[in-house]
Amino acid sequence: MIESDVFVQSLQDLGVNFFTGVPDSILGGIIAELMDRRLYTPAVREDEAVGMAAGAYMAGKMPAVLMQNSGLGTSLNALISLNVIYRQPCILIVSWRGQGGKDAPEHLVMGEVMPQFLDTMKIPHRTLTEKTAGDDFTWVAETFRKQQIPVALFITKGVVKGLHP
Amino acid sequence: MRPEEGTLISRAQAMAALLELLTDQPVVVCNGFPSREAQKIADRPTHFYMIGSMGNASAIALGVALAKPNKQVITFDGDGNVLMGMGTLATVGALKPKNFIHVVFDNEVYGTTGNQPTISNVVPLEKVAKAAGYVNTVRVLDRDDLIYEFKDLLKKDGPSMLLIKVNEFQEEAERILLDPPDITKRFMRAIE
Repeated sequence: MIESDVFVQSLQDLGVNFFTGVPDSILGGIIAELMDRRLYTPAVREDEAVGMAAGAYMAGKMPAVLMQNSGLGTSLNALISLNVIYRQPCILIVSWRGQGGKDAPEHLVMGEVMPQFLDTMKIPHRTLTEKTAGDDFTWVAETFRKQQIPVALFITKGVVKGLHP
Repeated sequence: MRPEEGTLISRAQAMAALLELLTDQPVVVCNGFPSREAQKIADRPTHFYMIGSMGNASAIALGVALAKPNKQVITFDGDGNVLMGMGTLATVGALKPKNFIHVVFDNEVYGTTGNQPTISNVVPLEKVAKAAGYVNTVRVLDRDDLIYEFKDLLKKDGPSMLLIKVNEFQEEAERILLDPPDITKRFMRAIE
């Protein structure tokens, strides 16, 4: 399991310096760490977070947006008709609820289709694992810089330490 | 019929008056005719014209304001846009960026799609902003007031909302000429 402070430090080491989003339980430890470091600007909806990240990007920041995968549905229009067409990259830290069909009913449909959903929107994505974490972070930063569109890092349950281990 | 109908200025007239008072401040303009009219009245590299993602102008401007705390950041928004992204009033009210000025051109209709009514005739958006925590909120009905109030807000710490009641008139204004990636690059260079 990756410690939350190691996760946050890895993102900071990549140059990420603007964090916003909407919480999820899987992301609880990461958000607590970000708040400890006074780096987190909370949003009330995921599409708002995406908009704030776009503004921060244009003002010189390297932004990350944290959200549950349900938030990808809420953000769809902002991601494609703002970020993609305007070439405004951001790093999406997305918790993969409903993975493998084991979760509350509201998570099951998105949990099953999420990778194809992002493929359809042509948003590159990768799933973080403890073993490949170094490569995963490097890939995220390179994709951000090269493609200039949103890039998603999926966080599955138990990979990053949460609030209640 | 609205009581003030027939007496109001147009959004383009209001926008022209405001743009005369602005120089190099970043201005995020919401999608639809507001962006087209801003491009026609005074096209500046410090303007970020939205052509989609309705409801998101204030969130984008908030991101700029948070990342550039020493620059006054303006957003030109519409009533339909504010209603769609109403949660952002709360985020702005809670975060209280001092350098954030939210201008709302309130014509009570979705003008770009054919003047279907919004609900801002019965929901006073500047009062919602005030309740959410904006420091200064003003509603104006005519050109003289709007110039006076905007000059005043430019001198004050925000967040501020200037809501301008405008009529439904739309300027003949062509679509945004620059490609979206070029708008991004131009805006980024201009506000560096």
